[in-house]
Amino acid sequence: MATSIDYDEIEVGSELPAQSFPIDRAALVRYAGASGDFNPIHWNERFAREVGLPDVIAHGMFTMAEAARVVTDWLGDPGAVVDYGVRFTRPVVVPDDGTGALVEVTAKVGAKLDGRRVRVDLTAVSGDQKVLGMARAVVQLA
Amino acid sequence: MPLDPSFIGRSYPPTPAYEVGREKIREFADAVGDASPAYRDADAAKALGHPDVIAPPTFPFLITYRAAAQVVEDPELGLDFTRVVHGDQRFVYTRPVRAGDRLSVTVTIDAIKSLAGNDILTVRGEVHESGGDHVVTSFMTLVARAAAGE
Repeated sequence: MATSIDYDEIEVGSELPAQSFPIDRAALVRYAGASGDFNPIHWNERFAREVGLPDVIAHGMFTMAEAARVVTDWLGDPGAVVDYGVRFTRPVVVPDDGTGALVEVTAKVGAKLDGRRVRVDLTAVSGDQKVLGMARAVVQLA
Repeated sequence: MPLDPSFIGRSYPPTPAYEVGREKIREFADAVGDASPAYRDADAAKALGHPDVIAPPTFPFLITYRAAAQVVEDPELGLDFTRVVHGDQRFVYTRPVRAGDRLSVTVTIDAIKSLAGNDILTVRGEVHESGGDHVVTSFMTLVARAAAGE
C-alpha cells in the first residue's frame, strides 16, 4: 500500500478535491452489466413506477462506487482504503431526459487515527438532497 | 410476520471460489468511470506495492451480494425479496481484491431487528482467498419494508 499523502501534513478539516458525477441511463445499464445487478428498478421506468418509485433510480452501490473515487483519486493508491461504509438514505433518481442525474461529492478529514490512518467523511448530494448518510472511509497514509 | 430472531448467528456454507479476472476488474472500473491505472496496468499496480492489478473498493460486492442470496432465498427465514431495499453497506479490508484471487464467502446473519414494521437484517460476508487468508469483510443491511396492511 503506497500513497504519497503524508499523515503528518494532514489536519482534521482538510478538504479533499470535490468531484461531480453525471449519471444517465446508459451508465446504469453499463453498471448493471458489470455488477450483475439487473434489478429492473435501475433500468425499467414502468417497473420502477409500479413499485412506487418516482422513476428509475441508480444502484446504491453505483453511488457508493462514485463517492469512493473522491477518496481513491486523492490517495493515488486505491489499496490504501482500509474501511469504507455508507448508508443509502435517498435514491438517486435518474430521469430519461437526455441529462440524467448529477451526484456531487465532497469530503474532508474527520479524524486522525492511530497507525497513520485518517477517517474521511463524505457528503453526496443529488438534486439538493443528501443521498448517502454516515459515508466514511478510513485510509492508510504514508 | 416479523422475521424470526432465532436466525441471528446462522452461518451458511462457504461459497464456491470466484476467480477474479483482470478483464472483469477493467470492465467494472470502466462501468464506474474510474480511470485509475491500478485497475488496469499490472506495472502501475506493482509500483504501488501490489502484486497485480487491484479492484476498486466496492468490487467485492459482486461476490458478497451473490453469496447473500443464500440468506435472501432461505425458505426457512422467509424474507420477501420484493420488499427488500439495501439500507447500508460497509467493507473492512485486510487488503484490496486483486486479479487472480480465488475468493470464497462465508455468510452469517449478524442481526435481525424490527423497527416500525420493517425488518432490518444485517448480513456479514467474510471473504477469504483460497489459501485461507482474509481479504475483506462485507456488512450489508437489508431493510424489508412492511407489506401494505400489516
